[in-house]
Amino acid sequence: MRGGPGGEVPGLKSTQFRKEREGAWRELERLVDRAERSGVRSLPAEQVARLPLLYRATLSSLSVARAISLDRNLVDYLESLCARAYFCVYGTTRPLGQAVSGFFGSRFPSAVRRYRWHMAMAGLFLLLGTLVGQVLVARDPDWYYVFVDEDLAGGRDPAATTEFLREGLFDGDEHSTARLGAFASFLFTHNARIGMLAFALGFVAGIPVYLLLFSTGLMLGAFSALYASRGLGVELWGWLLPHGVTELLAVVLCGGAGLMLAQALVFPGRHARLRNLAVKGREAGVIVLGAVAMLFVAGLIEGFFRQMVRDQVVRYLVATTSTVLWGFYFARAGREARR
Amino acid sequence: MTAAEGRGLERRIVTPEGIPLRIELARAGDRAGGFLLDLLIQIVAMVALMLLAGAATDWEEGWGLAFAFLAVFLVRSFYFIWFEIRWQGRTPGKRVVGTRVMDAAGGPLRTEAVVVRNLMREVEVWLPVTFLLVPHLVWPDAPGWARLLFSVWAFVFLLMPVFNRSRLRVGDMVAGTMVVVAPRAVLLPDLGAAASEATYSFTEEQLSVYGIYELQVLEDLLRRTDALRRDAFEAVEKQIRRKIRFEGEVKPERFLRDFYQALRARLERKMLLGKRKKDKHS
Repeated sequence: MRGGPGGEVPGLKSTQFRKEREGAWRELERLVDRAERSGVRSLPAEQVARLPLLYRATLSSLSVARAISLDRNLVDYLESLCARAYFCVYGTTRPLGQAVSGFFGSRFPSAVRRYRWHMAMAGLFLLLGTLVGQVLVARDPDWYYVFVDEDLAGGRDPAATTEFLREGLFDGDEHSTARLGAFASFLFTHNARIGMLAFALGFVAGIPVYLLLFSTGLMLGAFSALYASRGLGVELWGWLLPHGVTELLAVVLCGGAGLMLAQALVFPGRHARLRNLAVKGREAGVIVLGAVAMLFVAGLIEGFFRQMVRDQVVRYLVATTSTVLWGFYFARAGREARR
Repeated sequence: MTAAEGRGLERRIVTPEGIPLRIELARAGDRAGGFLLDLLIQIVAMVALMLLAGAATDWEEGWGLAFAFLAVFLVRSFYFIWFEIRWQGRTPGKRVVGTRVMDAAGGPLRTEAVVVRNLMREVEVWLPVTFLLVPHLVWPDAPGWARLLFSVWAFVFLLMPVFNRSRLRVGDMVAGTMVVVAPRAVLLPDLGAAASEATYSFTEEQLSVYGIYELQVLEDLLRRTDALRRDAFEAVEKQIRRKIRFEGEVKPERFLRDFYQALRARLERKMLLGKRKKDKHS
């Protein structure tokens, strides 16, 4: 029984199939090559429109090839081409400008609204720390040294004279604006890293987040008690609040985001732990990113405004205004967009 | 079975169109290499920016310092985020080692996911490394037990990708992403397309000896381009002829090509009828 299958070779179904479709694969490959090298947005409009079409056609080629072809190179090639095209088609992000406005206009504030109880919880811990710090230091000034880091205090401790403390709140003459710029920049980067840390620590079941928030509160309370004991309470808050409203709010948001992670890990709910973590993690990431932007604003206020404006009334006015603005922003922004 | 499958590094994702795709996870060595490269670029960028700030302004005055602080912060915190958003999950380092980030479930890679997986580097890499190198920066005067505990914790974080099967680092877990080998395969000429009429022909009986596995081993052999291929052809040709009892003298390469085509035609026809002969034993 010689002869037989040998004569049928040109009619191999898989070979014919490849001949018919190869043009589309090659075209897709060229598009993907170019998109990988210089980004999807570098493609001309008509090619961008072709991309998903070719991608779907190649996907269907892949499932056909899996069913009829035993050419391993062909199947591997299609598989890898599909995966590369898939990354191009589903990896695209919106233009940066649109993404930014969408983020601050709606995503960020609505994420904060959705998780307001986590934020409230984080805020509560900060408040609790402040109260404890205040009460303890008011009773016994020695506690001050426990709560406040020596470097951070910079001589502003119970041993300092009232004059010295007052100067700290109203100095600023010797600072040139450029120096203030450096100061603002330093404050922002420092605070932003603290905020990110507060979020990232959420992965360890949230305990460090509580500690971080609580100890920040303790420090705040200790300061407040010290200045209050010298009759400088009103002045201190006038010094702290213009930027502090924004800054503390941002720290609370970061802490709240950390608590979201902790909750996802400890009480996974209906999903598997890892999946739940991934879902919550992304939403928490939105909040942290927004909070970092808030810290940037706070750094600017702290670095420039606080040193240049020494009028008590203006300071409180700015503090009140920023409270109202943030309150309004988180309560309202992006509500219409969601409907 | 590919090498990746053998080491459990293969994952299947289902595209939104409902077609499963094979994806190979990136190896730990590649990831570490990519990271070190990115780190190097970051350091170079930071130093360059600082020098620039120093040259452009009077350092004492302060604006240069402000710029330097901000530049270092931006490079350190947003280098990965910026590139992974711009280049769809790739950074310069990842491009060099040929890996990329993707959504673990097969969906689109979202901006938030990129942000989150890179924010986690703060506790995952920087905190442990800082602690291991300069412990007093993180926790001054830490007691011995705390130092030990922290070191263990630091190592757990650093080595997390080695501890789980999907090679996820903590950032990947939180963001729901994974790092995979960027696919790259070349379409080679079709061995099934005959250049001319077949020289040798085979009986059904002769073709029924081998299965798909052997066919694809033969495909790999025929696609070889190295210097030793001739010797390999001869050896395999002898073995096949012995096994299928094919009489007479043959030209090795010609014989193998014809046998490949005939075998593939037969196996593909069988496959259309729903019969997959996996290998010579089945």
